Amino acid sequence: MTNLRTDVSATPPGTVDYPGARKSAGTPAGKKEIKLFSGFAHIALAIWGLLVIAPLIWVILASFKSNTEIFTHAPFSLPSALSFESYKSAWTEAHVGRYFLNSIFVVALSTTGTMIFGSMAAYVLARYKFVGNRFIYYLFVSGLAFPVFLALVPLFLILQNLGLLNTYTGLILVYIAYSLPFTVFFMTAFFKTLPNHVAEAAIVDGASHTRLFFQVMLPMAKSGLVSITIFNIVGQWNQYLLPVAIMQGQGAENKWVLTQGIANISVSAGYQANWAALFAALTLSIVPMIIVYAFFQRQIQSGLTAGAAK
Amino acid sequence: MKHGRYPFIIGFLIVPVAIYGTFVIAAYVQAFQLSFTNWRGFSPNVDYIGFDNFTKLFHDSTFWKAIQHHVLLLIFLPLLTIILALFFAFLLNVGGGSKGGRTQGVRGSKFYRVIFFFPQLLALALVAVIFSRVYSPDESGLINGLLQQFGAGPVLFLADSHLALWSILAVLVWQGVGFYVVLFSAGMGSIPTEIYEAAALDGATRSTLFFKITLPLLWSTLQVAWVYLGIAAFDAFALVNVMSVDRGGPDGATTVLGLEIYRNAFDYAQFGYASAMGVVLFFLTLTFAALTLRVTRRDTVEL
Repeated sequence: MTNLRTDVSATPPGTVDYPGARKSAGTPAGKKEIKLFSGFAHIALAIWGLLVIAPLIWVILASFKSNTEIFTHAPFSLPSALSFESYKSAWTEAHVGRYFLNSIFVVALSTTGTMIFGSMAAYVLARYKFVGNRFIYYLFVSGLAFPVFLALVPLFLILQNLGLLNTYTGLILVYIAYSLPFTVFFMTAFFKTLPNHVAEAAIVDGASHTRLFFQVMLPMAKSGLVSITIFNIVGQWNQYLLPVAIMQGQGAENKWVLTQGIANISVSAGYQANWAALFAALTLSIVPMIIVYAFFQRQIQSGLTAGAAK
Repeated sequence: MKHGRYPFIIGFLIVPVAIYGTFVIAAYVQAFQLSFTNWRGFSPNVDYIGFDNFTKLFHDSTFWKAIQHHVLLLIFLPLLTIILALFFAFLLNVGGGSKGGRTQGVRGSKFYRVIFFFPQLLALALVAVIFSRVYSPDESGLINGLLQQFGAGPVLFLADSHLALWSILAVLVWQGVGFYVVLFSAGMGSIPTEIYEAAALDGATRSTLFFKITLPLLWSTLQVAWVYLGIAAFDAFALVNVMSVDRGGPDGATTVLGLEIYRNAFDYAQFGYASAMGVVLFFLTLTFAALTLRVTRRDTVEL
């Protein structure tokens, strides 16, 4: 079986085949073809890799430059002196630190809420028969078919009526609500795959339904929970439309989340032509992502593709 | 054990259903209702005006511009992203030839995958800010800064109405490819190597392998990818809102429905009209998804 593929790809289709020809063709010509192809593959892949990294490196480099340097020096030139001036102004004047903390606060609560309520609903829908089960399930799943833009105006009005406009409570509840369809859809499918005998044994031992859920079923669903938690953290952290629609009005700037804050810095940096501070702000929001990604890239990849791979 | 079953079920469902009902279901129902009114948010009583909003929409040139942009994005975003992602995924998975009779990925394929995927982690709004700098018309921009080194004149990526939408499309492709490389790689990895070996025995070339084996066996993943990217093509709000000149400009050359909905709602307080646009967007998205799944339906090959 050794070098089977190598052999054949070296033999042009239609070549007369006789015993022995394969073997002799396999070694030199085949190897060469493979080397050529893999060389070409590396070049193509490296070019795309470069295209992906270049803008990010450029942003980080520029964050250490002065405003004039950004204009006069080549894009990838090293900064003449390591200046943290731009970071200072990004942190104090542009409030990147505040936006960052706001985002952490909101996402910590909203993802926790999404996971608790989402898995509670999914568990009941997956493993208990009752009147209206299918109806509630489809109600949740149908949410996947609607674009959020459709709900934008009514959502604004609902929050206004509840006095939740421009509040963290409102934003967190909305994040949870709009994350539920996918979370319920995914977790219902997951809870259905869990074996019955463990649950039955726990019930025989006298565990209540609530205890069964928290102490037996949830731990068994750990791998699904991890994927979907990552999916929700990334999705909610990156949310832009919802905060832009909800966090507006008096004093909203103090409550902005990171995406909103950065987008706004970009606009105001244009007026003041203070690009260095913008690059510093961008770097401050990209670098933590790179660090988190470096540690958890496997989990993050599988979490984000969980929905599509099904 | 029957005892306490219903209280338990209700107890577990009540909070999620309440949150979901209030902020999602109620909002969508109201959106349809609002689309038949001329409500502007001030008057206490709401006038129903039938299909007037939709007739107005039909004669709104900005609306048609947005539709045209969605059509363009709908064709090129999935096409470019999927072709690039398929190409890279194929190189990653079978680019390395074979060893011990097994097809192999190129060396360092894991490393490439990690790099390619990273943009997916960044918020679109953030990516938009980065690329509005990359595209900057003066020498402070990444591309124009490089061009200037070679003495080439500045390219007005976002200010030129012929280039602006394409520049924004390029950013969407830049961000999206990595995700689909990972997705397709997973799909390709699950294709048994014996199939490749059998085909190779029959004298199949690399391109035959790709078109006759990889592609058909990956069909359902491709379908999913096409629908996902199509839905993304109906959005593009964050990019257009942050990157484009005059939000949707120059002269409406980049505007999208999401942006028009946002504008009509929060800048002009045209709540009824904005909702009508939302309804149209909903039906467009739904039609697209249904059509894609219908047209691309094939007998899936079960392994």
